[in-house]
Amino acid sequence: MTENSMSKAGQGLTTANGVPLKVSLMRTNRRNQIRAFLLVAPLLVFLVVAFIMPILDMLQRSVDNPEVGTQLSRTVAALEDWDGESIPDEPVFDALTQDLLAGAEARNLGQVASRLNYESSGMRSLIMKTSRRAGRIESGPYKAAILDIDEDWGELETWRLIERESDPYTLSYYLAALDMKYDSNGEIVSQPEYLKIYQQLFVRTFWMSIAITGLCLLLGYPIAFLLANTPLRYSNLLMILVLLPFWTSLLVRTTTWIAILQQQGVLNDIFVGLGIIADDSRLSMIYNKTGTLVAMTHILLPFMILPLYSVMKTIPPYYMRAARSLGAQPFLAFRRVYFPLTIPGIGAGSILVFILAIGYYITPALVGGQDGIFITNFIAFHMQTSLNWGLAAAIASILLFVVIAFYLVYNRLIGVDNVKLG
Amino acid sequence: MKAKTVIVPKALAGLAVMSLAGTWAQADTLNIVSWGGAYTASQQQAYHQPWMEMSGDEIVNIDRSSNALAGLRAQTQAGNVTWDLVDILPSDAMVACDEGLVEPIDHDALLAAAPDGTLPSEDFIEGSLSECFVPQIVYSNVIGFNTEAFPADNQPFLMEDVFNLEDYPGMRALQRRPINNLEWALVADGVAVEDVYDVLETEEGVARAFAKLDTIKDHVIWWEEGAQVPQLLADQEVVFASAYNGRLFDAAVSEGQPFEIIWDKQVFELDGWVVPAGKLDKVEDYLAFATDTQRLADQAKYISYGPARESSAAMVSTHAETGIDMKPHMPTYGPNFATAIQKDDEFWSNYGDELNQRFNAWLAR
Amino acid sequence: MAVPSYATGPERVWYYVFRFICALIFLFLVGPLLIIIPLSFNAEPYFTFTDAMLSLKPEGFSLRWYVDFFTSSAWLGSIRNSILIAIASTILATILGTLAAMGLSSRFMPFRNTIMALMISPLVVPLIISGAAMFFFFSRVGLSQTYLGVILAHTALGIPFVVITVTATMSSFDHSLTRAAASLGANPVTTFFKVILPLVTPGVVSGALFAFITSFDEVVVVLFVSGPEQRTIPIQMWSGIREEISPTILAVATMMVVLSILLLTTLELLRRRAERMRGLSPG
Repeated sequence: MTENSMSKAGQGLTTANGVPLKVSLMRTNRRNQIRAFLLVAPLLVFLVVAFIMPILDMLQRSVDNPEVGTQLSRTVAALEDWDGESIPDEPVFDALTQDLLAGAEARNLGQVASRLNYESSGMRSLIMKTSRRAGRIESGPYKAAILDIDEDWGELETWRLIERESDPYTLSYYLAALDMKYDSNGEIVSQPEYLKIYQQLFVRTFWMSIAITGLCLLLGYPIAFLLANTPLRYSNLLMILVLLPFWTSLLVRTTTWIAILQQQGVLNDIFVGLGIIADDSRLSMIYNKTGTLVAMTHILLPFMILPLYSVMKTIPPYYMRAARSLGAQPFLAFRRVYFPLTIPGIGAGSILVFILAIGYYITPALVGGQDGIFITNFIAFHMQTSLNWGLAAAIASILLFVVIAFYLVYNRLIGVDNVKLG
Repeated sequence: MKAKTVIVPKALAGLAVMSLAGTWAQADTLNIVSWGGAYTASQQQAYHQPWMEMSGDEIVNIDRSSNALAGLRAQTQAGNVTWDLVDILPSDAMVACDEGLVEPIDHDALLAAAPDGTLPSEDFIEGSLSECFVPQIVYSNVIGFNTEAFPADNQPFLMEDVFNLEDYPGMRALQRRPINNLEWALVADGVAVEDVYDVLETEEGVARAFAKLDTIKDHVIWWEEGAQVPQLLADQEVVFASAYNGRLFDAAVSEGQPFEIIWDKQVFELDGWVVPAGKLDKVEDYLAFATDTQRLADQAKYISYGPARESSAAMVSTHAETGIDMKPHMPTYGPNFATAIQKDDEFWSNYGDELNQRFNAWLAR
Repeated sequence: MAVPSYATGPERVWYYVFRFICALIFLFLVGPLLIIIPLSFNAEPYFTFTDAMLSLKPEGFSLRWYVDFFTSSAWLGSIRNSILIAIASTILATILGTLAAMGLSSRFMPFRNTIMALMISPLVVPLIISGAAMFFFFSRVGLSQTYLGVILAHTALGIPFVVITVTATMSSFDHSLTRAAASLGANPVTTFFKVILPLVTPGVVSGALFAFITSFDEVVVVLFVSGPEQRTIPIQMWSGIREEISPTILAVATMMVVLSILLLTTLELLRRRAERMRGLSPG
């Protein structure tokens, strides 16, 4: 109603050169919008190229499956009318021989061999061995000749695998990242117990991140409270003690924990020196879960203190005094009056610390030993050591989805605009 | 007699190089990827330095061999290959070769013959040459121990001893990967050396190897970087440690540490060169020089790895710094070699991914 | 937080207990950083205080690890690389980020929240994911193992900091000042340089400092994107820690702590200056 009358009023007015005020305002608005957008555009373009496209590339790699379809294209085409119930006939073997010969010529069979070997150990040498010997086959029939090279070509599973992985996209990497696989019938089944690892690591990463968040809250709350309730000239000084670790290199902080916690380290020396423990029973406080928990709590603590502090700072001190003067015991006054007011800070700090914790790589890798490593370590392992980049991309994508989900919650509750630094 | 055989090929090689150098328009910069540390140093002394003096080329060492395969893939994919020659393990060389990342090599046409005219295909250790791979050295994965950790009348010498917690108590340091550890577990459990990989191909065999590892699991520290091993042994944080034989030799000879090597059931392996696709013309002369008989024999003065050529093995002499005889420290030395296991690259290329996952799952349990 | 006059006995006890707990937490926060400083002057290659150090004998201390650092070509090369990469990516991030922040703080900006969320995302996405993703993409386009690749990657990581700090400064910016400048006859360019810039400079500089330290300290993405030529200080430290921690690492760590103290001081001074300029009471 109000809006309506406003716009009616607006229509009646004109600017000096006779343009209706509304039109003129809209034009200015439009100009301002374009100007604002142009200021943002360079960064937007930059981020799309340097950040968003890499992420999309990674997502694409986690399902990308070009090897079988391109390098064994003739075989795949010949398999089209295959019933899947018996060993294929001569035309398929003929096509396979041609694919292998062409691949040996072009020297690119290694990729398809690796790809199939991820699904079934032994496929690598089956492909490579057959391609090396295929050159010696003079003429058909190829089926007998190929079966003569390796009898695994007479296994139904081999052919079902090739047919299944001929699609340009696959879910295999995601299944592998969740300790599952396709069985020979193409059904999704769980990996055998002795090969299960990723589920457990996702769960461990999750719980350890919760534990780290909890520890940060436990240690950060009193500090934030102290900072918020101390006269400025003191709290500024104390704030520096919080900001100094925040500004210090992550690797430096990890190093110091190694120096302190290792068996020949400062803390063990102190314990031995004080006679608390014997020299030959020094505590293992690093290269295990303890190491990860301590070092990461130290590293992430400022991220908890700062949001808590900024919330506590806005709570007027007379609230508590009022509660006290109305007869509340100190603990009750704190629990019923002060604490509820700090919940937004607790939420902001906790989600921030949690998001940072589950994606951490460096610290768990350096001080985590066997049972303190995170799922991120396997992303690095598959990127750098096993070179199974599809699996690395799938694990990373799953982690990314989890982080984005929490980020959206954070954005909903707190809003990214309100991120404060220092 | 010996002096003669040494001088002649050197002179020949020198001549060959100088005549080649005359035809070149200008000196090149060769980007050579290797392992860094003592190994690159031995290459620098034995072949980079002499080559730079003779040809005027500049050689840039890049310590990236531990990620060589990933690097080759990335560079090839980007169409921007900056590496000219890469030092790599034969298993990775095979994968790179199958993917067309590196050049196939015609060994007899490309490499220098032995001083007595033996062709490279005959002169290199049997089975060491492969399609794209030119071997330099034989190194081995062994178990070392600190002699001070055990009484003099009870020093270990067998692989079984490593798995014997009763007679040889203490922590062990093993590399965090299935390769070697599974082989060792099986032979310590009584499997014959020649049957190891046949047994490992079966589900029962793998289960048996892990069951054997289970018996010492609580007494193992898993290392990832070889450099920390000597320190662990020296501090007696562990009593046994798996390591490359060269590293243990270095610590024992150069630093005077009381380390001994258990040569029993050593797992030996080769290491050598591959040429990234398109770089053959640029590096073929250097490659022929660096893998000739004299150069490989020279390398053994600086590091205790066996030359991959039989003609070089005969010329191995003394350590450059300390003057001790290098022969007994070579993995290929008769008594050391008696029970050696040759790492089966084909087996690991097939089962490596699965066994790695199984190993990690086993560790996490 | 002094003890209130009406506090009862137990409250007084709690007051001191609370202070004590806080002191312990502060010790946990800062102690580790301080402990490495004397350790880096250890004359022995150990990670612990030797008897000679504890009894403060001069022979227990030495500068050998600093000498080690300043005579190692690998470390010196890494300093050069780190500085080069950090400066280049800071300049890029600051320019792009400041422009964008000015656009974002305009109330006419369409899709403001979405764009803001996008710009903060490099801060939220775990570094190992960004690193892996950039490795994949940069390999495809020939940027991996190049200085440009590392610089672009670090620019992306530094941008959120610039955007956050500059937008924060702009939001407290009094827009009547620009109108005042305009009404006094200043054209937009003059207004920008004479009025806007001096007021937002502290925000821009602290954003730039954040971007600089992000790049200077970053290891995960460099681990994936860089080649051996782009070895930075963090990469050098990373491989040092993984292989064998020599006290040289502690010497580097000590110098980095000193650097952080300097940066922190600069920031604090900037903050005070900004508050003075806005006419707020100095904090």
